[in-house]
Amino acid sequence: MSTLETQAPSGTRVITQSQAVNEALAEELRRDSTVYIIGEDVAEAGTPFKVMSGLVEEFGPERVIDSPISEPGITGLALGAAMTGMRPVVDIMFGDFLTLIMDQLVNQAAKIRYMSGGHFKAPLTVRTTLGATRRSAAQHSQSLHAWVAHVPGLKVALPATPADAKGLMKAAIRDDNPVVIFEDKMNFATKGPVPDDDDLVLPLGVADVKREGEDVTIVATSSMVYVALEAADLLAGDGISAEVVDPRTLVPLDRDGLIRSAQKTGRVVVVDEGHQSYGASAELAATIAAGAFWELDAPVQRAGALDVPIPFSPVLEDQTVPTGESVYELAKGLVR
Amino acid sequence: MATTASTPLGVDNELALRMYRQMVRIRAFEEAANELYRGAKMPGLTHLYIGQEAVAVGACEALRRDDFITSTHRGHGHCLAKGADVNRMFAELLGKGAGYCRGKGGSMHIADFENGNLGANAIVGGSAGIATGAAQSAKMRGTDQVVVCFFGEGALGQGLVYEVMNMAALWKLPVVYLCENNQYNEYTHYSETTAGEVVARAAGFGIPGEEVDGQDVLAVNQCVRRAVARGREGGGPTFVVANTYRFHGHHVGDVDRAYYRTKDEEEDWKTNRDPITRLGARLVDAALASPEQLESVANEAREEIAAGVRFALDAPFPAASEVTDDVYA
Ligand SMILES: Cc1ncc(C[n+]2csc(CCOP(=O)(O)OP(=O)(O)O)c2C)c(N)n1
Repeated sequence: MSTLETQAPSGTRVITQSQAVNEALAEELRRDSTVYIIGEDVAEAGTPFKVMSGLVEEFGPERVIDSPISEPGITGLALGAAMTGMRPVVDIMFGDFLTLIMDQLVNQAAKIRYMSGGHFKAPLTVRTTLGATRRSAAQHSQSLHAWVAHVPGLKVALPATPADAKGLMKAAIRDDNPVVIFEDKMNFATKGPVPDDDDLVLPLGVADVKREGEDVTIVATSSMVYVALEAADLLAGDGISAEVVDPRTLVPLDRDGLIRSAQKTGRVVVVDEGHQSYGASAELAATIAAGAFWELDAPVQRAGALDVPIPFSPVLEDQTVPTGESVYELAKGLVR
Repeated sequence: MATTASTPLGVDNELALRMYRQMVRIRAFEEAANELYRGAKMPGLTHLYIGQEAVAVGACEALRRDDFITSTHRGHGHCLAKGADVNRMFAELLGKGAGYCRGKGGSMHIADFENGNLGANAIVGGSAGIATGAAQSAKMRGTDQVVVCFFGEGALGQGLVYEVMNMAALWKLPVVYLCENNQYNEYTHYSETTAGEVVARAAGFGIPGEEVDGQDVLAVNQCVRRAVARGREGGGPTFVVANTYRFHGHHVGDVDRAYYRTKDEEEDWKTNRDPITRLGARLVDAALASPEQLESVANEAREEIAAGVRFALDAPFPAASEVTDDVYA
C-alpha cells in the first residue's frame, strides 16, 4: 500500500478532503441551528480554497457570514457568541494569521472557563491551515499548531485524511471547548474513503494506526502522515516493517496510543511539519521517551521543518520540510 | 424626559433613590477592598472604581437582568451595579472557594453569569469582541437582549475596539460601547496618547456618538437608556463617552501620584464632582430624601459591606485539588 486507500471499500465513498470538510460543516449547520460560520470570503466565494462552496446557498448569509478582514474581531465575536449560546466556526484563511488572533484565543477563549470557575463555556471552532510547499513564502506557509497546543484550555486537531477531516470537524463543532483545527492546504484535493455516515464524529484524543508494522514506529501528524507512508514503503523495500501512527489531535493527546506502538517496535521517529525546535515533535518525542523508556532500543528521532522562515524559491522551500526520503533515512538509521 | 412635580429629577423617584443606594454600596465596597489590601488580607492588587460610580450605576440601571455587560480590570462597580452579591464578590477578591469564580479569577476576572456579567477583563480592550459577539448572538437567537461594553479610554488605543465597532455598525448589533474617560491611561494623561476627539471616533462608522457627564448618574442613565432602546429596537450600536475621574490611584498601591497629576486636580473632582454627593444634594433639594435618610442608606451599605468582608475572611480557600478543575468543559 503506497498511499492511503483511495478505492472505496463498501460503505464508503472516495471524496476529497475539501468535500469532507464541506460535508461536515453542512451536516452540523443542518443539525444544530446554533452553528454558524464567520470568516473572510466564506459565503459566495466559499473560501479562496472553495472548501465552503454551496453552504451560503443552503444556509443563507446569516449563518455563513462574510466578515471584514478583522481576524481578532471575528474571533472575539465568536467567543462572545459562544459564551451566550451559539456554536461558531471561525474561518482563519491561513494559519499564519493565528498570530493576529492570539489575544482572543489565548487570553480570552482558552481561559474563560477556568477563570470563571467553570461557569462559562466556549464552544468555538477555529478552522485554519498549515503546511508549506505551496510556494506561498514566509507569511503563508507556517505550521503554527504548537503555539496553540501550548495553551491549556484549547484543543488542537490535525486531520490527515478526508475521513479524519470530516469526523474531527464534527467533533470540534460539538465540543464545548475552543478547538483549533488545522487542515493542510496542500491536501484539499487529496482523496480518501469516507464512511457513508451522516453522523461521523471522531472522538478527540484517539490516535489512529495508519499502517501497521513491527520494526519501527513513525509518528506523523497531518500531511506528514503521507510522508511517513512513503518512508514506510521505502523501508519495506529494505525489509523493514514500519508502523505509522497518527495522533490526530495534539490536545487531547492519546499518549497511551503512541507509547503502545513505541513499546511494540522499540524505535520511533516523530514527523511534524512545525519548526523542529520547541515544536510539537518535541512533546511527542518526550512523551514516548518517558513512556516507553524500557522498551526503546534507540533514542527517539525527530523530523520537523527546518528552523528558517519558509523561503519562496522552490529549490529552497523543498529543503525545509521532511520528505519520504529524509524520514526513510532517519528511520533506517535507527534500525540498522 | 419631562420633569413633573411627581418626578422632580426627571426619572422615576424609586429609580433615583435606588441609584443613590447602588453608588453608595459601590463606594463602601471599594473602601473595604482598599482596607483589605492595606491590611495585607487580599492577595495581589486591585483597581478601585471610586469616583466613577455614576457610570456603572447609570448604565446598569438602564438594563434588564437578562441583558449583558462586559467589564474591565476596574470592574467591581460594574459587577455590583449589574446585581452581583457582595459576599461572593469579596470571597472572589480573597481567592476563596465561595467566590464567583471559585477563587480562580480574582478581582480582574469576576464574572456573574446569573446577572449577565460576562466578565471583567485584564486585557485592555479585550472584552470588546466578547461584548459584540454576545450582541450578535442575541440577534441570532432572536432575543432582544442588549449588551453594554464598558472600557476605559485607554482601550481607544486597541485595534480590536475599532474592528468590532465596524462589524456592530455593519450588522446593526445591539451593543453600547461605553467609554469611561477617567482621563488617565494608568499614569499617563489620555491627551498624550489619544489623537483627535474621542466621541468623534463613532462617526466614521456611522455609529451615533454621545458624550455625557459621568459624574451625573441621572444623565448617564438617560443617555444609556436611549442607547439601549436603539439597540433593542434594531437600531444598532451606540458609542457613549462618559467623562469621569478615578479618585484613587490606578491601583491600590498607586499612592504617590504627584508625578502624573496634582493634588489640586484630585481635590477639585472630589469636592465639586463627587457623583454621590451630587445626587444626594438633588434628592434633598427635591425633597425625595432627607439628609438623615441618606445617612441611613450609607449606614446600611456599610453594614452590608462589613458583613460581606467578614463572610469572605471566614470562607475557606478552595481545596488545592481544584487547581486542575475546569480547564476544559
Ligand atoms: C493590552 C494591555 N496592555 C497594557 C495593560 C496594562 N494596563 C493595565 S490597566 C492600563 C491602563 C488602562 O487605562 P484605561 O483603559 O483608561 O482604564 P482605567 O485604568 O483608567 O480604568 C494598562 C496600560 C493591559 N492590562 N492590557
